[in-house]
Amino acid sequence: MADPRIVIVGAGPAGTRAAELLVAAGLRPVVIDESPRSGGQIYRRPPPNFTRSHEQLYGTEAGRARAIHATFDAFANKVDYRAETLAWAVKDDRVFVQKAMTVEQIPYDALLLAPGATDRLIPLEGWTRPGCYSLGAAQITLKAQGCAIGQEVVFVGTGPLLYLVAYQYMKAGIAPVAVLDTSSLAQQLRGLPLMVARPEQLIKGAQIVSALRQGGVRVLRGVRPLEVLGDDRSVTGMRFCDAAGHEQELRCTAVGMGYHLRAESQLADLAGCSFEFHPTVRQWLPVIDEMGRSSIRNVYLAGDGVRILGADGAEVAGRLAAIALLSDLGWPIDQAKVRSLQAEMRRHVRFASGIAKAFPWPHEQVAAIPDRTLICRCEAITAGELRASVKDLFSPEVNRAKAFSRVGMGRCQGRFCGPASQEVVAAANGAPIQSAGRIRGQAPVKPLPIGITEETSRG
Amino acid sequence: MQARFVRLAEQERRPIVLSVDGVAVDAMEGDVLLTVLMLHRGFARISEFGDGPRAGFCMMGACQDCWVWTGSGDRLRACSTAAAEGMDIHTSAPEGLWPIPA
Ligand SMILES: Cc1cc2nc3c(=O)[nH]c(=O)nc-3n(C[C@H](O)[C@H](O)[C@H](O)COP(=O)(O)OP(=O)(O)OC[C@H]3O[C@@H](n4cnc5c(N)ncnc54)[C@H](O)[C@@H]3O)c2cc1C
Repeated sequence: MADPRIVIVGAGPAGTRAAELLVAAGLRPVVIDESPRSGGQIYRRPPPNFTRSHEQLYGTEAGRARAIHATFDAFANKVDYRAETLAWAVKDDRVFVQKAMTVEQIPYDALLLAPGATDRLIPLEGWTRPGCYSLGAAQITLKAQGCAIGQEVVFVGTGPLLYLVAYQYMKAGIAPVAVLDTSSLAQQLRGLPLMVARPEQLIKGAQIVSALRQGGVRVLRGVRPLEVLGDDRSVTGMRFCDAAGHEQELRCTAVGMGYHLRAESQLADLAGCSFEFHPTVRQWLPVIDEMGRSSIRNVYLAGDGVRILGADGAEVAGRLAAIALLSDLGWPIDQAKVRSLQAEMRRHVRFASGIAKAFPWPHEQVAAIPDRTLICRCEAITAGELRASVKDLFSPEVNRAKAFSRVGMGRCQGRFCGPASQEVVAAANGAPIQSAGRIRGQAPVKPLPIGITEETSRG
Repeated sequence: MQARFVRLAEQERRPIVLSVDGVAVDAMEGDVLLTVLMLHRGFARISEFGDGPRAGFCMMGACQDCWVWTGSGDRLRACSTAAAEGMDIHTSAPEGLWPIPA
């Protein structure tokens, strides 16, 4: 193909590395990202008038952040870069995008999706109270706005980000009240043999926990969160059950919560990609080969949007997917390079499976969400209402339950209730989690502004 | 309501003034609207499902829990919209646009 039209969604580590290789091959891909600046989640760039250094913003990852930003900036005028542009649907070899009040269809010969992930959440009594945020939000507020989500913060959930964000708050001058981890020490030890695949990460993790303890931050493992306390105006505390089974309360004005990440896989879904269930993370993820080819001929998937492997893994995945894409278009490929990237990839996969073991999604806690708890933040629907749609209306899986209860139908499109609603539906049916299925992606993947008028088409 | 966010860094930016529900508030260039709201009001909107005020949640444009409105009726995601001098922001939907479609 002489001048193939290639579209990349996502300008994070995966999308940046993919675009770099395509540009090096002499192509000019369209690169779409919703954010005003490239970098993705971990290497998110603050507004241009902010002055903190890469070291202050990204800590131990400053070097990698600088490299990703410099790489993107170096090729930015050799790609068709669309910042502040949302890819809201994929259909018939076209990406539908929106920027401000304009929508457009961009036809492609090959599509590379690298849309990253969002926090994976477990609905908790009181989680809609003002002052309760996702862990990611707590970090973005600090990184991209120079603010803390509150003066007295409790972080709750599980996964590496839980400790990292707490540490970043401490370094920025707000030592958190506590870090409450649902995974137990025993579980964390079980993940170790796999996590040694990336010893440097393991060491960083251990250093963070000991720094938190030294800084006077309470770190409790094996907890069961019960309620974000407060009233209409604000969060005032956190109630939980400790590892010994005793109920405890902590005073705080803000809560950051998250249970690792969930892949943003809706666009892959709309493109028709097949999905498979991954028992280790209890998530449905698009099927890919070891290069990142999806089940659809001209759709390639890379980064956290297809497998949660972290930022370094996303860079490798982005490169592999770009090589696959080029190879399928007839470009010669460097087999030795591919083999070394794939070896690196296997190391990331092994490490990620260690993380999944060490910080498991506490699915028994999810299935046991009390009936009165709001499971859907968007439309204030309770877990009890969802269960009723399963039991009284015989919903065998989440999409049927969604049609009856509206859980998953609101404006977040199931991003924050979806993983939990799968567990609740499966448990209410007394069936394995796979049987509950997954909430299917729907266009637009995010709400469009009201009153969009103009439609133009290119190519 | 109350201040929620705490400024820890980047305090040397150019000051701007915008209006929130008709009240003039101070902010800095580079603040997103949600930051401004969390420094001055403590909430972004009132849930139309009767369960009280909301103050945003994901800060990355995914949860849509921080919708606010301009005086002319445009809906904005407060977490991903930069504040600008003279903006006219409302924490409830203008007349006639209620209830809000997803
Ligand atoms: C909030 C958050 C905080 C994190 N913090 C850390 C951390 O501190 N340390 C760490 O090691 N890992 C962190 N991670 C994980 C880390 O960010 C990822 O492993 C890494 O960024 C993955 O790279 P990626 O390129 O796959 O995706 P991302 O870096 O997430 O980039 C995806 C990009 O795609 C864009 N995008 C997504 N959907 C669309 C769409 N429909 N239209 C247009 N653009 C779209 C997004 O704006 C984003 O810029 C974090 C993840 C999240 C969600």
